Amino acid sequence: MAAEKILELKGVYKDFDGVSVVEDFNLYVKKGEFVTFLGPSGCGKTTTLRMIAGFEMPTKGEILLNGKDISSIPPHKRPINTVFQRYALFPHLDVYDNVAFGLKLKKINSGKVNKKGEPILRHLTKQEIDKKVNDALKKVDLEEFEYRDIDTLSGGQQQRVAIARAIVNEPEILLLDEPLGALDLKMRKDMQLELKEMHKKLGITFIYVTHDQEEALTLSDTIVVMNDGCIQQIGTPKDIYDEPVNAFVADFIGESNIYSGTIIDDNHVHFLYHKFECVDKFPKNEKVDVVVRPEDVEIMEKDEGILNAKIVSKIFKGVHYEYILMVGKMELMVQDTTSYDVDTEVGIYVKPFNIQIMNKEFKSNQYIGYLDKYNNLILDSGKLECDITQLLKGSHVDEEGYLVGPDGKIYDLTDADVKVEVGLGDIDIEDGEEGEIVGEIISMVYLGDHYRVIVRTEEEEDFVLDTIYTWNEEDRVSVHIAKEKIKLTLTKEIKEYEKA
Amino acid sequence: MKKLRFKRKHLSIPYLLFFIFFVILPLLLIVYYAFTDANGSFSFGNFVEFFGNRNKIRLLSVSAIIGALNTVLCILIGYPVAMILVNKKFVKSGIIVLLFIMPMWINFVLRTAATRDLLYAIGIEGGNYPYLTTMIGMVYNYLPFAILPLYSTMLKMDKNLIEASYDLGATKPQTFVKTILPMTKPGIISAAQMVFMPTMSSFVISDVMGERKIQLIGNSIQFNFDQMRWNEGSFIAFIMLSIIAILMFLTRNTTKVETVRGGVW
Repeated sequence: MAAEKILELKGVYKDFDGVSVVEDFNLYVKKGEFVTFLGPSGCGKTTTLRMIAGFEMPTKGEILLNGKDISSIPPHKRPINTVFQRYALFPHLDVYDNVAFGLKLKKINSGKVNKKGEPILRHLTKQEIDKKVNDALKKVDLEEFEYRDIDTLSGGQQQRVAIARAIVNEPEILLLDEPLGALDLKMRKDMQLELKEMHKKLGITFIYVTHDQEEALTLSDTIVVMNDGCIQQIGTPKDIYDEPVNAFVADFIGESNIYSGTIIDDNHVHFLYHKFECVDKFPKNEKVDVVVRPEDVEIMEKDEGILNAKIVSKIFKGVHYEYILMVGKMELMVQDTTSYDVDTEVGIYVKPFNIQIMNKEFKSNQYIGYLDKYNNLILDSGKLECDITQLLKGSHVDEEGYLVGPDGKIYDLTDADVKVEVGLGDIDIEDGEEGEIVGEIISMVYLGDHYRVIVRTEEEEDFVLDTIYTWNEEDRVSVHIAKEKIKLTLTKEIKEYEKA
Repeated sequence: MKKLRFKRKHLSIPYLLFFIFFVILPLLLIVYYAFTDANGSFSFGNFVEFFGNRNKIRLLSVSAIIGALNTVLCILIGYPVAMILVNKKFVKSGIIVLLFIMPMWINFVLRTAATRDLLYAIGIEGGNYPYLTTMIGMVYNYLPFAILPLYSTMLKMDKNLIEASYDLGATKPQTFVKTILPMTKPGIISAAQMVFMPTMSSFVISDVMGERKIQLIGNSIQFNFDQMRWNEGSFIAFIMLSIIAILMFLTRNTTKVETVRGGVW
């Protein structure tokens, strides 16, 4: 049976004061599905949920509920209910009145018609409300709590009241905004199972927001991984875990080893200084990102595997040991149930289908900028020194700052538009805000022997760089690029700038 | 010899002394004077005198009506103002907050006199419309006292609750009546307490604004004390105290929510 689409988001964008929070969000949700929006804080997942609930209007795009655009309908008219992050229970009402809140406002068709033939609406009777509230409280195991004050309930109980309050209105879609965030670990695990159970029993479509990847894997039918306002990947928990589409998803979902590699031929990839057999097909010599899950690495006797490595750390994790191995200067995380001693040399093997190969998202930084009259490069974020003689072979800069060609022609490049390219290894960052270009580290992914860091400036320009130093997300740093590492190309012919 | 050790609880001694000398003792003095005569012997004379005197009863009623009216007006005006003040969208520049705080920096008597002159200039003369001018002066002076507690309860209110209300099917007016109003009730009660009693016992505003044509209970206390009639004055003060006590007692349950949550007032 092909389930029908209950909700569809088409090209949804959301800006707050010109800052883009959600970009080109496309998704459809099938009836009865458990969909999770997963991503780090600030990735736009809550904003998307709030747009579905109706608390935010999309800047652009459509939100279709059963095929009808609801993006301009106010929240109280949508057949959608929300379980809020900190429950948002009314402190002036007891449990019963909290749950009955929506029912008391609801009007239903009374079955009668008025003189004009329009159906007469009526409120629910006290008995009807009573029955529904009791049913809802029974579903969340809180039958005895009807007349308790909200303050006297524990976090888990408040959580259940919040769920009862939402489901009592029989919504078509239930939205849950990190509902387990305020609970302790044990309680969270229990509630996860209960939520899953409840979803099965109720048959309502659930849309769940969380930053906890384990929760997402446990609960969902479909996971939508988001980062920085964009959908990174949509898939079943298994798809997302086994076949991450990029380094971000791989890093965010579960533990992973991520390396830069090169494709040798159709069945081989080179990384960790060795040739590995693989199954993914990529063009020859392509630079790629390679992901190996720690549990997919097999430890064996020295010289029996593909390569040898040395165990440098061992942590007992309950079910397994977690080892850090060194292969040359690269780190490899391995999970294995067998105990090995630290400092042993062991062999390593990875099955071909356990090697995930992904397109490199990023090969170099590219910007559009222009030159000022002192021959500095001006980007949106700030000023950089650059070498303009690369624009014309054999040229030099004269005393007045004009570019002089080998044939003696003089060029005035003030305000000339240029394309800029900077390699990932050519950018340095420094603590503090002393430089011309200052930004915040928004992402950091470990790639075996170095980190890939993305620095975003206030002007929303990203600088992607590789560094061997550890930074923290949200660090404020200044960006430095050596003059000779900035590759410039004029957008127009150099002739146009010739000085008359 | 046992050494004197400074303990944390000793920090409360100055406060305790202050409390005894400036709060407890004066209160006891009021009660003492209220039930004694000029010679210092126990008597219900003041009681009989006050409740037997039609004028005094009228004075009390007028004061209570003006107090109640001022309370209602201050809350009616202060409530939306407080709502605007908590809304970050409107107060980015802080100018609105300044607008309401700035008048409080000006001397109270001066401010009241200036209000009177301003009203005079636009043709509302205190001598002709004593009640109108007095009410304007009262509202103007006590409005900040109504806004402050309302503002602080609204600030503490979880904005998610308003969204939850919409989410559950309430329209904007329904949300206001069923969610915002009940949750700000402690603030409304504090505002009423902050405005009602001080209005009743104030005498400067009615003197200045009403050009002495309006007598409030505060004027009466002041008049008695000016004439060295300590016992009569004290008895009226005692009545005021009783009214406060009764009002506090009546509203004790409604403010429960706030005391649990560590209220400001």
